[in-house]
Amino acid sequence: MRAWDTVQLARHEDRPYALDYVDRIFDDFVELHGDRAGADDRAVIGGPARLMGRPVMLLAHQKGRSVEDRLHRNYGMAGPAGYRKALRLMRQAERFDMPVLALIDTPGAYPGVDAEKFGQAWVISECLTLMSELRVPIVSAVIGEGGSGGALALALADRLLMLENAIYTVASPEACAAITWRDPGARETAAAELRLTSRDALDLGVCDEVIAEHRPAHDDAGSAAIALGEALGRHLDELSAYGVDRLLGARYWRFRRQNASADLPA
Amino acid sequence: MGRVTAPPRVARPCPACGDCHGDQAILDLDGVCPGCGHHYRIGWRHRIDLLLDADSFEEWDRELRPRDPLGFVDLVPYSDRLAQAHTATGLHDAIVSGSGRIEGMAIGIAVMEFGFVGGSMGEVVGERIARAMERSAARGTPFIAITASGGARMQEGLLSLMQMAKTSIARSRLAEAPVPYITILTDPTMGGVMASFAASADAILAEPGATVGFAGARVISQATHEEIPDGFQTSEFMLHHGFVDRVVPRRDLRVTLSRLLRLYPTVSTEAVRRQA
Repeated sequence: MRAWDTVQLARHEDRPYALDYVDRIFDDFVELHGDRAGADDRAVIGGPARLMGRPVMLLAHQKGRSVEDRLHRNYGMAGPAGYRKALRLMRQAERFDMPVLALIDTPGAYPGVDAEKFGQAWVISECLTLMSELRVPIVSAVIGEGGSGGALALALADRLLMLENAIYTVASPEACAAITWRDPGARETAAAELRLTSRDALDLGVCDEVIAEHRPAHDDAGSAAIALGEALGRHLDELSAYGVDRLLGARYWRFRRQNASADLPA
Repeated sequence: MGRVTAPPRVARPCPACGDCHGDQAILDLDGVCPGCGHHYRIGWRHRIDLLLDADSFEEWDRELRPRDPLGFVDLVPYSDRLAQAHTATGLHDAIVSGSGRIEGMAIGIAVMEFGFVGGSMGEVVGERIARAMERSAARGTPFIAITASGGARMQEGLLSLMQMAKTSIARSRLAEAPVPYITILTDPTMGGVMASFAASADAILAEPGATVGFAGARVISQATHEEIPDGFQTSEFMLHHGFVDRVVPRRDLRVTLSRLLRLYPTVSTEAVRRQA
């Protein structure tokens, strides 16, 4: 399958979104709203949940399906308020020793005048800083689009899983085509060059496990949900056996080793 | 006696005030327009000379070379792009890092070079920032990063994105030590660099008129059709909105850094025992 076909599957309008999985996978979930600084961004959802009996803090990008709902969710593109809500809930998770589970599905962080005014770059950076030091396990799973810094802001995790037809990329194929080819029409070529499929991410050592979609998730949401829930539970089990020092040490080297070629000793 | 070659006397209009000044005249003024104070982009060596005590700079990790992890080809192969950038700048990637002194105080420093593939962050930029942070923490010296970047290095794909994570996690070493971490945002500092290590400093200084932010104004107006306000994403705009600590003219940077660093508690020798 060509990379561009995978991009289209990852963006398929019938593909399950975060809440579709939450209903199928979690025993319970109570959504908590707001960034405590004046806004609630509906492109990010979060709150305490229970996965196979375990208390966890769930965070996710949320896309909308109907025209109205898409606008309500801002096409899954979070602004500073969304990431601030995530920061608040991650701090809460640490306080209650609850692991963090994040479902990633965003074209990218929202590019807008207000988003810039309220420090989009600064709040993404703060997510990365907090997740670097968070004293509870973090498991992130890309369920659709893993777009750029807006995806990474919820994915500096101890484990990164991807559904088979999800993508994870430094820039959308359209943006990459515009920047490097200076031609938005080059998006299909850009998609191939970017190496953005789950298999690529696995080969590059960024993704730990690809969760098979025997039929694309938009055709068989039930099977995708079962496989996703099983994988999340299994990785959480493994990480729960770590002490805090081992957890943070492993997380440090996981990202630190993403190395430059020479591989020289520091 | 050898013949003295006159410096090139190319004169061009200042993009801010339109006054014409020779390239050499501008360089002699550290890249600041004598008419209006517009700050031109200047190279890494010039910045080191402006900020550090004479002859105090010792480079770290200069042996690190970019690879072409994806075999990326756009209009030209990535490896050709790297070779062209090397020829143009004399550097192997968009960064130089090392140790130096400011008014006698030992510091770690990294300077980005916009002239190398738009200052974009790939594996070598991320690795040199991370190593410089770790080494500064281990030595107990403050760390200063001077940023100039359009964002992520597209041609390194996902591995470029991962440098945002790498530099953010390495930043935690500076916080543990603790040693002061200061960034100086120069024109431009955008995207993945702004959204990772550039924003996580203890103090964020910015040169006047630099463009700083996440998404570029053109991307925003294409995506949202919003009107871009005057002065959007300038250092002064970000100061006004609370994301920059001080806007500091280039020629005041050295003294500002020196004063600021002296106000943080002296770093204990404990930190020096730990190894990077």
